[in-house]
Amino acid sequence: MVEPSPAQVKAITVVRSTGDKVFRGIMTAGGLTSLVVLSLIAGFLLYRGFEIFSDFGFSFLTTSEWNSGIDDIGTDARMGVAAMLVGSIVIAVIAIVIAVPFAMGVALFLEYYAPKRLRNVLTAILDLIAAVPSVIYGIWGYVVLMPLVVQWSKTLNDYLGWFPLFSVPAPIFERSPFVAGILLSIMILPITTSVTREVYSRAPKDQIDAAYALGGSRWGGIRTVVLPFGRSGLVGGAMLGLGRALGETIAVFLVLNLVFKVNFNILSSAGGNVASLIATRFGEASRYELKGLMAAGLVLFILTLIVNAIATAIVNRSARGVA
Amino acid sequence: MSQEPALMVQPRRPWRHPAQNALTVTVIFTLSALGGAAVTAPTGLAGNLGWFVSFIACAIIVSWIAGRFRSKVAAADLVATVVIGAAAAAVVIPWTSLIYTVISKGSKVIYSGWFTTDMSVTAADDVFTVGGVSHAIVGTLIIISIATLISVPIGIASAVYIVEIRGRFSPLVRFLTQAMSGVPSIVAGLFIYSTLVILVFEKFNALAGAFALSILMLPTVARTSEEVLKLVPDDLRSASYALGASQVSTTFKVTLPTVRSGLVTAAVLGVARIAGETAPLLLTSLYLVSFSTDLVGKPMATLPTYTFGNLQIGTENAVARAWGGSLTLLALIFVLFLIARLLAGRGPGK
Repeated sequence: MVEPSPAQVKAITVVRSTGDKVFRGIMTAGGLTSLVVLSLIAGFLLYRGFEIFSDFGFSFLTTSEWNSGIDDIGTDARMGVAAMLVGSIVIAVIAIVIAVPFAMGVALFLEYYAPKRLRNVLTAILDLIAAVPSVIYGIWGYVVLMPLVVQWSKTLNDYLGWFPLFSVPAPIFERSPFVAGILLSIMILPITTSVTREVYSRAPKDQIDAAYALGGSRWGGIRTVVLPFGRSGLVGGAMLGLGRALGETIAVFLVLNLVFKVNFNILSSAGGNVASLIATRFGEASRYELKGLMAAGLVLFILTLIVNAIATAIVNRSARGVA
Repeated sequence: MSQEPALMVQPRRPWRHPAQNALTVTVIFTLSALGGAAVTAPTGLAGNLGWFVSFIACAIIVSWIAGRFRSKVAAADLVATVVIGAAAAAVVIPWTSLIYTVISKGSKVIYSGWFTTDMSVTAADDVFTVGGVSHAIVGTLIIISIATLISVPIGIASAVYIVEIRGRFSPLVRFLTQAMSGVPSIVAGLFIYSTLVILVFEKFNALAGAFALSILMLPTVARTSEEVLKLVPDDLRSASYALGASQVSTTFKVTLPTVRSGLVTAAVLGVARIAGETAPLLLTSLYLVSFSTDLVGKPMATLPTYTFGNLQIGTENAVARAWGGSLTLLALIFVLFLIARLLAGRGPGK
């Protein structure tokens, strides 16, 4: 066989019919909807909240106070999301710190320990639990979880109260960031677990078998092959959970006492959360305060977008095996 | 003839757990359970949860000692097994508690009229033999249906763009869809409030709620459809093209019908994602005590806002009604999931 010279190879040309062109156009429009919606969200929230940003500038991010002024145009107003923003992050971090070890355990259990039947059952339960609405988590968190967590808080405070994180100005432990963080950790566990598991399941099987063949134990194989391989996927899963935790509204609203002051005493009954701020103030907001809420919404939107974009990039990269 | 099997070499099964292992496990568990009880009884660690925690702690110590009879490696392996198993067992506790609480508290308020009456003549504090959630169920179904009508075609189009058209923006579209799935639900509500509610309708209504939910539903539908479409073998497409079919007819007559059940699953998963959303509805469709099918003129009740509203009232009977709403909502979502799983169990082309 003689290789055909380039001149002999006929270039493939595609002539699309009108129907195909219309079809491709419509599908492209469908695909770009997400771009349009995301820009519209950013654009409208910026447009509505612009007055706030021009009135307060950068101090909107550094002020803790939330005083919408005495009238509709915001005379004497002083508004900022610092306390709420810090509060959101504190709660989300508590949730992640608690959820990630458990997610790792469950993912390893499902992937390497559980018998097939138990694995199928647990996976189905995991999917189902991921769909439980936040309002139900909220009511359960308030009625069942909170009394328990208050007990743990008291114990923690008794023994570790000298440590600033666990000290409280007044012995009230209800509706604290700790309660909200634990509730959120339960809520984000399914998504963190499923992402972690996805990555762990891609760990090279031959290397694990090699570890066995060299006389290693199951744990040896996991420690030397699976965990290093899945490290970045775990980070990505944790960050996806973080994104969820930052944006959660109703459940946090029900178990957290909003106080407009930056507070790092996680056991005391004073926390902050941007999403809950919007839900709390929306009903009785003046026109000017509403603009402030829009601005707060934009801050939250951008924060979660950044966290999610980083998480997605990490997960995608590790999914391609460049762990 | 009957002697023959005895002469055959029995294959050895080194991977099977010998009876000795079962004994070790039983001993470890018994010792740990006793140890857990011994720790819990005198100290302040309260209740079953305290016992569980000390049980795990004891199990770690006991399994380490048991493993040390063989080797350090075996000890580490045993401890890891206990820790990982304990993590898996521990996460089941809150889930069981959640579902048990919702069922036991919710079932108290459900009576024969629960599904047929609304709250227009009933106060939240009334006895449990009057009033119900018919208005909220119908409202939820209406709003979900409209949201589905909006987001399923767009979601599938987005998946078709990525998988079938493979256009220039495919990576961008995939990335943005993933980013969109992280939009906080309250932000979606705030966006629809600032556009549709203020500018277009100038009042809270069901349509605005449906639009807010469709923003949250779209990424789920798009991503699941994409996964499903990727399962269609390229041979099918090539065969269709080879017969002279255009891309339109290939997509609509070959690719999409092949994964019909998968696409339905995508839609159902999307519905399950939004069925319980509360925050965006508080900013768009609000809540109404009476039965209504008016999409534009007035607010509409939904199960999540019914639950949330009663919870906010806070009196004993109102909270009990909130539990009833939770149970109804949970049952609705579980039924949807069951449908999705049944459909997902069927392969492509069925």
